[in-house]
Amino acid sequence: MLWGLTLVFACQLAGEVLVRLLGLPVPGPVLGMVILLAGVVAGGVPTGLREVASGLLRYLPLFFVPAGVGLITHGDRLRSDWLPLGLGILVSTLATLALVAWLLQRLAPEDD
Amino acid sequence: MGESLSRVWVYLEEQPLVWLTLTLAVFVAAVWINRRARGAPWLHPTILSMAVLIGLLLVTGTDYDTYFEGAQFIHFLLGPATVALAVPLHDNLRQIRRLLLPIGVACIVGVTVAAATAVGVAWLVGARGATLASLAPKSVTTPISMGVAEQIGGLPSLAAGIVLMTGVVGVVAAGPLFRLMGIRDERAQGLALGVSAHGFGTAYALGISLRAGAFAGLGLGLAGILTAFLLPLAVRLLAG
Repeated sequence: MLWGLTLVFACQLAGEVLVRLLGLPVPGPVLGMVILLAGVVAGGVPTGLREVASGLLRYLPLFFVPAGVGLITHGDRLRSDWLPLGLGILVSTLATLALVAWLLQRLAPEDD
Repeated sequence: MGESLSRVWVYLEEQPLVWLTLTLAVFVAAVWINRRARGAPWLHPTILSMAVLIGLLLVTGTDYDTYFEGAQFIHFLLGPATVALAVPLHDNLRQIRRLLLPIGVACIVGVTVAAATAVGVAWLVGARGATLASLAPKSVTTPISMGVAEQIGGLPSLAAGIVLMTGVVGVVAAGPLFRLMGIRDERAQGLALGVSAHGFGTAYALGISLRAGAFAGLGLGLAGILTAFLLPLAVRLLAG
C-alpha cells in the first residue's frame, strides 16, 4: 500500500515538473493522472495502487472542503455582483449538465 | 475560568491542529446527517461542511489564512486524488475507447455552452469587464480556471469562488435534472457532471458508481484542457 502511495505521489511530482518545464496550461495533478494512466495501461494495476486509489477517491468530497470555505474571502464582490454571478452560474451550469448528458446518452450506443 | 479559557483559545488559534480537527469532525458529522436525510443533494457533505465551517470562522472571527494553516493538509490530498482517477479510468478504458467520438463532441459542445451562456447571461443583466472574464472559465477545475481567468483579464481569486459555486449548483441540480430528463445512462451522468461541475461533480459521480466517476474524471480532464486552449483563443478572436 505504501508502494501504491509512492507511485501516486511520484506521478503527481512528474506531472508538476513537466508542466513547468514545458509551460503547459494544465495543472500538474491532471498531467500526473495521464502519466499514471499510461503506466497502468502498459503494466496493469497493482493491488497496492488499487487500495490507495479507492481510499483517496472515497474521500474526495472531503478534500474540497478547505477550498470551498475560501468562498468566505469573496463576500464583497458576491454582494455587489450577486445577480449576474448567480444567474450566470445557474443558467450555465444547468445548460451544460443537461446538454452534455443528453448528447452522450443520444450518441452513445447502448451499454453492454 | 473565562480568562483561562480565552488563554487556551489564544494558544489553540495558533495551532494548525484546531482547524484540521474541526474540518474532519464537521465533515464526519455532515456525512452522518446526509445519511440520515437519505442522501438529499442539498445536504451534500461538502456543501454542509462548507456552510458550517464558514459559520464557525465568522462566529470566532478567524480569517481564512489562519483556517487554511490547518486545513491545507486536507487540501493537499486533492492532488493525489486527481492522480488516482487514473485507476477507474483504466478500468473503463474499453468503454471510453468505443465512445471516443461521442465523448469528444459532447465535451466540445459542453465547454462552449458553459462559457458562452455564463458570459451571455451575466452580460444581459449588466455585468462587464473583470466579472465577465472571471465567469468564462467557471466550469473547469480551479487551477485551470484561475490561470485562464488571469490570461483573459479576470480576477483569479473571484474565478476560484465562481468555480466553487458552480460545483455546488451542479451537485445540487444533477439528481433532479437527470430524473426530469430521463437520463439513466451512468456514462452520460458522469461525463456531464465532470464537464459542468469539475471535481465537485466528479466526487458526486463517484457516489453514483465507479463507472460514472471514471467518465466524470475524463470529462473534468478534457473540459479543462479544451478550456485552457480554446478560451484565450476565442477571446483574442472576438477582441481582434
